[in-house]
Amino acid sequence: MVGKNPENISALQTDQTKALVRNLDFFYGDNHALKDINMPVYANKVTALIGPSGCGKTTLLRCFNRMHDLYPGNRYKGEILLGEDQKQSNILSKQVDPIEVRMNIGMVFQKPNPFPKSIYENIAYGLKIRGHSRSFIDDKVEYSLRNAALWDEVKDRLQDLAVNLSGGQQQRLCIARAMATDPEIILFDEPTSALDPIATLSIEQLILELKDQVTVLIVTHNMQQAVRVSNYTAFMYLGRLIEFDTTAKIFAKPAVKETADYVSGKFG
Amino acid sequence: MKSESAKDVHKLIAWAKLWQAGFIILGVLSLLVGIVTLVALLADMFIKGGPLISWRFFTSFPSRNAEEAGILSAWVGSLLVMFVTALAAIPLGIASGIYLEEYARKNWIADLIEINVANLAGVPSIIYGLLALGLFVYAFHLGDTVLTAGLTLAILVLPVVIVTTREAIRAVPSSIREASYALGSSKWQTIRSHVLPYGMGGILTGVIVALSRAIGETAPLITIGALTFIAFLPDSPVQSQFPYISFAWLMSPFTVLPIQMFNWVSRPQPEFQLNAAAAGVVLVGMTLLVNGLAIYLRYQFRKGIKW
Repeated sequence: MVGKNPENISALQTDQTKALVRNLDFFYGDNHALKDINMPVYANKVTALIGPSGCGKTTLLRCFNRMHDLYPGNRYKGEILLGEDQKQSNILSKQVDPIEVRMNIGMVFQKPNPFPKSIYENIAYGLKIRGHSRSFIDDKVEYSLRNAALWDEVKDRLQDLAVNLSGGQQQRLCIARAMATDPEIILFDEPTSALDPIATLSIEQLILELKDQVTVLIVTHNMQQAVRVSNYTAFMYLGRLIEFDTTAKIFAKPAVKETADYVSGKFG
Repeated sequence: MKSESAKDVHKLIAWAKLWQAGFIILGVLSLLVGIVTLVALLADMFIKGGPLISWRFFTSFPSRNAEEAGILSAWVGSLLVMFVTALAAIPLGIASGIYLEEYARKNWIADLIEINVANLAGVPSIIYGLLALGLFVYAFHLGDTVLTAGLTLAILVLPVVIVTTREAIRAVPSSIREASYALGSSKWQTIRSHVLPYGMGGILTGVIVALSRAIGETAPLITIGALTFIAFLPDSPVQSQFPYISFAWLMSPFTVLPIQMFNWVSRPQPEFQLNAAAAGVVLVGMTLLVNGLAIYLRYQFRKGIKW
């Protein structure tokens, strides 16, 4: 299983590791949802998590920002090491406050979930809780909206309610909101599953542009999407990581039979 | 043969429709019992009491003389008592609701508290009167004052405020909470900046429904010893001399509208019955006003809130 020893993939060695998942198990109560996951996340690359429904890809994604801590009965075992090789720290450690993790790792959800506040307030919220000054926030709101290709559409109505935007605009706003706080990694949980094809295209375009600034981890149901946006792909099945490799390799000549069956549409 | 069976079917259908028509008539009649009674009651009250409502009625104290009697001390008393009730019940109820819904660990103690809070809302109000008599009047020596009355009604409506607060904040979807947490918010920041503001419409509705219940309560206030004949006003909260604000009104004896009504109804002279009807009209009017305010506030708060 290639996934077991990602360090051995020769083609990948020029890319820097941003995070490393090591021997990760995850439990929803008694339900053993993730089993011995090992994989790297490379800096300033897009890594896609694919697999059939219930394979654990969203569960794995939500380990990265300790979202599971919000609900009782969830348990992690193993490590997700974050940072440069010298100062890697395990973000799953009980000594690490999940709030601190979420300060560094942003997230965009399946369904656009802007706050029922103004467009401005949506972006400003994350900055406010970090204690930034008013003028800094003003600048950052504009910068983030430009960055998310939304500025021209909303610059004259920053005080309007965000929920009145279209679905695609709302999702770009959510991306701008997550990016405004300069995260190290941004997590996307099927960000286009609630959007029409044109809005999907604009989100995908945005993800491709974002990777210069941030490391991207994206869960997707859509294999074409994984091909279009990602550099690396992890194929998961029944809570295990079956194969991790470059996206080109996973889709062109996967090493494992299950991967081949899935990407060729034989199951899933 | 065939036409005969078709006839049978038609007969069956006709019977079924007849039964249905019967039930509809029964339903309408049942409904009318409630509606007609209510309308008759209100109409009777308005016809009897309506003509008596005048500026004089609002600005006169009660009197031995039915024509001179008014509700000044009663409506001022109701207003002051409501003010104390709101001031006590709103923060206590909302804080308890937030704690129970967001922070309390979900175990058997929480379940027990939840069942008790729900049951408290159904406890007869006179029981609260007895509790208040023992606690505020005898133990704390607060006397039969505006303060005691306000606190008594606050305890009475507290369960309603707690339950509606919980329902209102439970209605804030988890996707919104997760959006807040994902940005690095603490739990309190999430509650403070999102859950509470988005649930505020529902919370306010609950608060006002609670207050409109409190405004009509009589039994617990009689239990604590409210006077039925008050021919003076409590000290004004605003004074012309330093320090301009006075809290003496809190310790003043009081009466409220329903007690004034009760007092008039229990008199033998028929003229006082008319006064009671007029006070009833004012009480109904006040309740409608409060409920109207609730609807308006809910509309205002929910205008911008969609998920």
